[in-house]
Amino acid sequence: MGTNGLYEEVMLAGFGGQGIILGGKLLAEAAMRAGKEVTYIPSYGAEMRGGTANSMIIIADGPIASPMVSRPTTLITMNKASLNKFGPRIKNGGLLVMNSSLIENKPELDDSIEILSVPADAIALELGNKRVANMVAIGAYVQNRGLFGVNIAEESLEGVLAKRYHKTVPINIEALRRGAEFASK
Amino acid sequence: MSKRILMSGNEALAEAAIVAGLDAYFGYPITPQNEIPAYMSRRMPEEGRVFLQSESELAAINMVYGAAATGKRAMTSSSSPGISLMQEGISYLAGAELPAVVVNVMRGGPGLGNISPSQSDYFQSTRGGGHGDYRTIAMGPASVQELVDCMLLAFDLADLYRMTVLILADGILGQMMEPVVIEKKPGRKLPPKDWALTGIEGRKQNIIRSLYLGEGVMEKLNYKLQEMYKQIEENEVICEEYKVDDAEIVVVAYGTTSRIVRSAVEQARKEGIKAGLIRPVTLWPFPTKQISKAAEDFKIFLTVEMSCGQMMEDVKLAVNGKSPVFFYGRTGGMVPTVDNVFEKIRELSIPAKKKEK
Repeated sequence: MGTNGLYEEVMLAGFGGQGIILGGKLLAEAAMRAGKEVTYIPSYGAEMRGGTANSMIIIADGPIASPMVSRPTTLITMNKASLNKFGPRIKNGGLLVMNSSLIENKPELDDSIEILSVPADAIALELGNKRVANMVAIGAYVQNRGLFGVNIAEESLEGVLAKRYHKTVPINIEALRRGAEFASK
Repeated sequence: MSKRILMSGNEALAEAAIVAGLDAYFGYPITPQNEIPAYMSRRMPEEGRVFLQSESELAAINMVYGAAATGKRAMTSSSSPGISLMQEGISYLAGAELPAVVVNVMRGGPGLGNISPSQSDYFQSTRGGGHGDYRTIAMGPASVQELVDCMLLAFDLADLYRMTVLILADGILGQMMEPVVIEKKPGRKLPPKDWALTGIEGRKQNIIRSLYLGEGVMEKLNYKLQEMYKQIEENEVICEEYKVDDAEIVVVAYGTTSRIVRSAVEQARKEGIKAGLIRPVTLWPFPTKQISKAAEDFKIFLTVEMSCGQMMEDVKLAVNGKSPVFFYGRTGGMVPTVDNVFEKIRELSIPAKKKEK
């Protein structure tokens, strides 16, 4: 698979409570709305706040065979432990989006890998809620890769947030936009 | 609902069952299929239908038996250890000739095992599972859309043949989200359920049972079932072939594993190795004819499973000595990678190349 056209394998990773599962779901929903083929697998089961969490998303123009991501073309990592674990697996020519609020030093990676350091927690705190740091990182990713517009991610929020959280849609939109702005600088 | 929506496999299975006309869901929680009862607990009351969380798996399957006996469409879902507990009930459903749909989102075993993906309930699913000379139709879909398509078909097959239809998934398929379209399609032509317990008024008494003590009566029922199983083997096989015609190595895999294999087959083709994939969607009835035909001109067969090699036995029976059959798999909740499978294909391709020279 993936001989023709787009074949983007994203790993989104961090610790439980950082919105890794929701973030992955948002990317998947937005990719679908943008007319792409997409698969999304969350880590499931014995996860808890503070433990590790990851989600695997494949976005492609054509049918997707294996939904498993072992060597991502993009790693979005929200904490250091996940960077240490998944960083070495990024494909050459790939992209690393890292939450520089929680990761001090840039990792040593192949020169062909682009590193986008986003102070996601700091920007989220400016907006008044640390929990939207995931959306800052995703906004930055969407802007950098340009697979679909940030507006599509914004429109997808209501589809992936539980109804009781719909009141948080505006701050999540703001976080996506701030991330995108940061990446376009 | 003809729009593409993003859904997890578990939720899509539940919605598809509702669209298929499910009247009553009974179940007892177990990971990794809890999204099915959770979804049912919300949607079934909305539809004015029955959702009931039972006190055990044993109760759930016997509630399915009871509901099915009244002619209603009934189902349950569980994961491997829970499905083991249900085997007595599934055998009784077979003996009583009652239609039912059972979902098994398989997990690592044996025993309580773990909650990771597995395909090690293949023997149990394709050999009957409980006691007695019976079969269950077993389907092993490979995508969220195919889970839906199988579920829509499952209720029709169950009603048509008056038997249990199993849908096998695993932790990945259950949790994975993909875009999916769930819409009611024109189904099979089904006979009236004139055997159902609907109240005796205006007709002869119906009796549903699986106890037949009279001499030869049970044997007669068994022969009737066997005759029906032959028809099913003739008419209900679903199987996808991918690049098999010119293949030197044919990989056989189902469910999640088949998608990993497909990526490995693609990679092999890029490197000039003539690999192909046979993907059974129905595991019983098994695509024996398709595999037997592929084995006519000498090919190497490789079976890949998340087990220690269970479907491999059916592949060997189908190949019937005409070609060598190899196996690669991971077990106990571990998932093979594309690289693992590709490496195995490459390794096997070396003798294939030599033979050409």
